[in-house]
Amino acid sequence: MVRFLLLRLFTALPTLIVVSLMVFVLMRNIPGDPAAMMLGDLAEPGQVAAMRSAMGLDRPLPVQYLIWAGNVLQGDLGRSIATGQAVLPLILDRFQVSATIVLVAVALATLIAVPAGMLAAWRQDRATDIGIVSAATLSMSIPSFWLGLMFILFFGLWLGWLPVVGYTSFARDFWAAATYSLMPVATMVLIEFGAIARMARASTIEVARLDYITHARAKGLSERQVIWRHAFRNAFAPTWTLIGLILASLLANIAVIETVFTIPGLGRLLIDSIYARDYPVVQGCLLLVAFLYVAINLLVDLVYPLLDPRVTA
Amino acid sequence: MIAQTFRSLRALRINALLGLGIVLLVLMVAALAPWISPMDPLQINLRARLAPPQEGFPLGADEFGRDVLSRLIAGARTSVTIALITVCVAVVLGSFIGVIAGYRRGWTDRLLMIVNDSMLAFPGLLLALGIMAVFGASRNGIIVALGLAYSPVVVRVVRGSVMSIREREYIEASRVIGNSEWVTMLRHVLPNCLAPVLMVATMMFGWVILAESALSFLGLGVPPPAPSWGNMLNTARPHIAQAPQLILFPGLCITLTLLGVNMLGDAVRDWMDPKMEGMA
Repeated sequence: MVRFLLLRLFTALPTLIVVSLMVFVLMRNIPGDPAAMMLGDLAEPGQVAAMRSAMGLDRPLPVQYLIWAGNVLQGDLGRSIATGQAVLPLILDRFQVSATIVLVAVALATLIAVPAGMLAAWRQDRATDIGIVSAATLSMSIPSFWLGLMFILFFGLWLGWLPVVGYTSFARDFWAAATYSLMPVATMVLIEFGAIARMARASTIEVARLDYITHARAKGLSERQVIWRHAFRNAFAPTWTLIGLILASLLANIAVIETVFTIPGLGRLLIDSIYARDYPVVQGCLLLVAFLYVAINLLVDLVYPLLDPRVTA
Repeated sequence: MIAQTFRSLRALRINALLGLGIVLLVLMVAALAPWISPMDPLQINLRARLAPPQEGFPLGADEFGRDVLSRLIAGARTSVTIALITVCVAVVLGSFIGVIAGYRRGWTDRLLMIVNDSMLAFPGLLLALGIMAVFGASRNGIIVALGLAYSPVVVRVVRGSVMSIREREYIEASRVIGNSEWVTMLRHVLPNCLAPVLMVATMMFGWVILAESALSFLGLGVPPPAPSWGNMLNTARPHIAQAPQLILFPGLCITLTLLGVNMLGDAVRDWMDPKMEGMA
């Protein structure tokens, strides 16, 4: 087990290095001189030169990368060009907003979609199954931003049940935050339902064909016991991987949802910074999400042996 | 049991045909856009600003009085063109790297896969956003960004099939008769990976349509005034209360297209892998 852990941790390392290299190369390809950009339009050439050497921009590229990577490892992601704020606290602050919504949405989607997928598998090819599969296919085909806009139109503007824009943190006012988050969370749940339900269905069907399920039935166990005690664990393991992937990719795709519902989260910060050409912030957001993506996948792999008894490190 | 299997098979056929029908319809509209469009999609008519559906504007007019139907048709052409080229870029690039990695193995393979897995560790849309941030919103930018972002998936698929194909006798035969490594790879290994690549390409067409519309919705995709379904939704957003039809129709177009692609994709997968039939 310990060996498996170490090995898995070790394989995540090159990924992180290559990802950081990619972000570095991307950000170095920006048209314009970063030093001149930091100082603004009124800077003297002498000042720019001093800034260049202070930032290490006059050294060879590999050295520049090492300096940059060293700073990143110490949590120094630079300062925002627009506001002068340090980037790390800024993105962590915004990340809290996004993370709350995404976690709630993925948890709800799992709670709804996994039983739905298993039910469809158990009723394979009957009306229930066809209904669930059709709903799942539809859910995979609707773009999240459009569904969000339709929600705003329907529940916000026509029925007037829910506030159209705005955001409060859960810590400050729980009920207000809940009403504001209802539509964004519902949108994400409906969008992610499809993939999870289909995965749960497919792996349940696969497991249900195996001999040990037939054996469990032959022993005279009730259908409920067969499903929950024997089929669920093995069927859930592949779905678990998918949920990890969805959690991670939602963090990247949340920019779209946050734009629709004007939520001040990490995704909106990324988009606003791209528009404002605030590259230190863009870079910080990219690094944070990529790091989380790797970390979540790592975590999913590490939990896997606990879920699937067949994978024993 | 037999009746059930038969029923599910028939449902599958119907789904496949329906999916194929939708995809063909979208492709045809895209191909014929300049000829079937009732009006010029860029023609501004301020008197018809935000007009509801009426005579002359079958689906209404947008915030500049441009005909929505004509813009949807032109948008289909934009989205489909971008998606087709992007899928080609991803497939060519991905197959090239995948064949080399799978055929050479050893250190070449290991190095390529480290880079590839790191690209996979970067969510597609995020990588595209990063690239668009550097190069600015443009048509070609989207193609490069999404092509790069989705090629690692093709690399994985191609490498996997090459690994199994390279051990077959006919590959050995090709080597024995003195064909060079490249000829063997391109003439004999690559064509045999086409089936799984076709399957991925079908699904990818849908991903690209979705990603492009998301980028355009964020204002980082197809730059206005050229219409795309995503940027139509973006520019309609401030007018959601006065002209909800401007939100409704572009979204329906994206959803319908993706539904077609997903149904067709499922059918292609079932057809290629009969073991999976009816699984998902």
